[in-house]
Amino acid sequence: MSDMFPLKVTGAETTRRGKRLVGPIDLTLDGQGTCVVIGPNGSGKTTFLRLLHGAARLAGGEIRWSCPLEDARHDQAFVFQSPVMLRRSVLDNIAYPLLMRGTARAEAREAASNWAARVGLGGMLSRAATVLSGGEKQKLALARALIAEPKLLFLDEPCAALDGRAMREIESILSQAAASGTRLILSTHDMGQARRLASRVVFLLHGKVHEAAAAEQFFDHPETPQARAFLNGDIVE
Amino acid sequence: MGDLWSGLTQAFWLVVTLDKELVEISWRSLRITLSALVLASAIAMPLAAFLAVRRFRARRAFIAVMNALMGLPPVVVGLVVYVLLSRSGPFGVLGLLFTPTAMIIAQIIIIVPLIASIAHQSLRDLWQEYHDLLISMNVTQWQKMKTLLWDARRALLTAALAGFGRAIGEVGAIMIVGGNIDHATRVLTTAIALETGKGNFALALSLGFVLIALAVAVNLAIHWLGRTEREGRW
Repeated sequence: MSDMFPLKVTGAETTRRGKRLVGPIDLTLDGQGTCVVIGPNGSGKTTFLRLLHGAARLAGGEIRWSCPLEDARHDQAFVFQSPVMLRRSVLDNIAYPLLMRGTARAEAREAASNWAARVGLGGMLSRAATVLSGGEKQKLALARALIAEPKLLFLDEPCAALDGRAMREIESILSQAAASGTRLILSTHDMGQARRLASRVVFLLHGKVHEAAAAEQFFDHPETPQARAFLNGDIVE
Repeated sequence: MGDLWSGLTQAFWLVVTLDKELVEISWRSLRITLSALVLASAIAMPLAAFLAVRRFRARRAFIAVMNALMGLPPVVVGLVVYVLLSRSGPFGVLGLLFTPTAMIIAQIIIIVPLIASIAHQSLRDLWQEYHDLLISMNVTQWQKMKTLLWDARRALLTAALAGFGRAIGEVGAIMIVGGNIDHATRVLTTAIALETGKGNFALALSLGFVLIALAVAVNLAIHWLGRTEREGRW
């Protein structure tokens, strides 16, 4: 159990050029399991994750962690839908967060080497990260996020555009991270993945939390017609 | 045409026989220009990185002015540096006028905006790519700047080479602040100007060819050392 949680979101919203993108959102998240954020395109999943992470400006309301904000920011990591590769080798990419935290270079590189092996990139340590395949880039991004042992990991559609095998490998890494105590909050379009990973589901629609419930309850007995339609694969307006 | 051919052959013999005066002038040109380049890069590149990652009120105006200064007239720079370093000027006490140091100062003023502007273009593009990642990692401004400077090092080499090209070919400012004194501040460009004035076109041309060869050689050496244009590199 992380001391960052529970996370209390009260009336949180973010805007761009006067237009509200997400919110107002009221939500409480506890410190256990994996929270999966789902919703149709444009429902605000990415912006919601960025808002919680502090990467999107809070235009109104409040996001309150159970620890000082600086500590909460320090203990988080974010994996983007399109992973950003530093123009460095695989090893140096993974070691980067540790180096930025002042870890000795040799120690950081050794830890990075171990993480690369854990995610299946052990054989390409000196390869330029920018030339990796999509699945390899996503695994690198995961290793780079997890090497600093975050208490909370945000993942924005981490398996978008990946094939089944790459998805299974990513999910395996995520399950290990969750088992070792990292709280995951991830957005996905893949209902199969949501069912496999979620312990709690947040269903977003038009930038607001339409429904939030334990995974079993949500998937077996969705409360709203929109959530039912979404789970059935219907178009939700 | 005769002067051109004569210049080429004279340049060839000057180089082959390692003419003492040519070697001295060439070495001085190289020393002054590379010194100015190193110091200007040390100023311009962190400045470019700062402008890429930091948002402040006058940032756009600052960048616009910096870009405009790329076309700074060297003669005006030379004149200003001359006034500042002359005996009655604020830095006259340092006794730098008509020394290689004064020439380096003038060259730095000329090439800092050029290097900073070109470097800023590259770093701004890289910052757009890295922005979300580095923000999410909660790194400090200084760490962001260091990351950009390191990861864009090959693009920055181009900026440095542009600065080198401008500095090695510079004549107006260094003629004013250096004085073109034999065995002291005479460099290839000022020597060319002097020989042209004396009507020694062949010698002036030969010095010109040596200058071009020197510039190309340094560019190639830096490219080779920087390992640019190689497969699998950034």
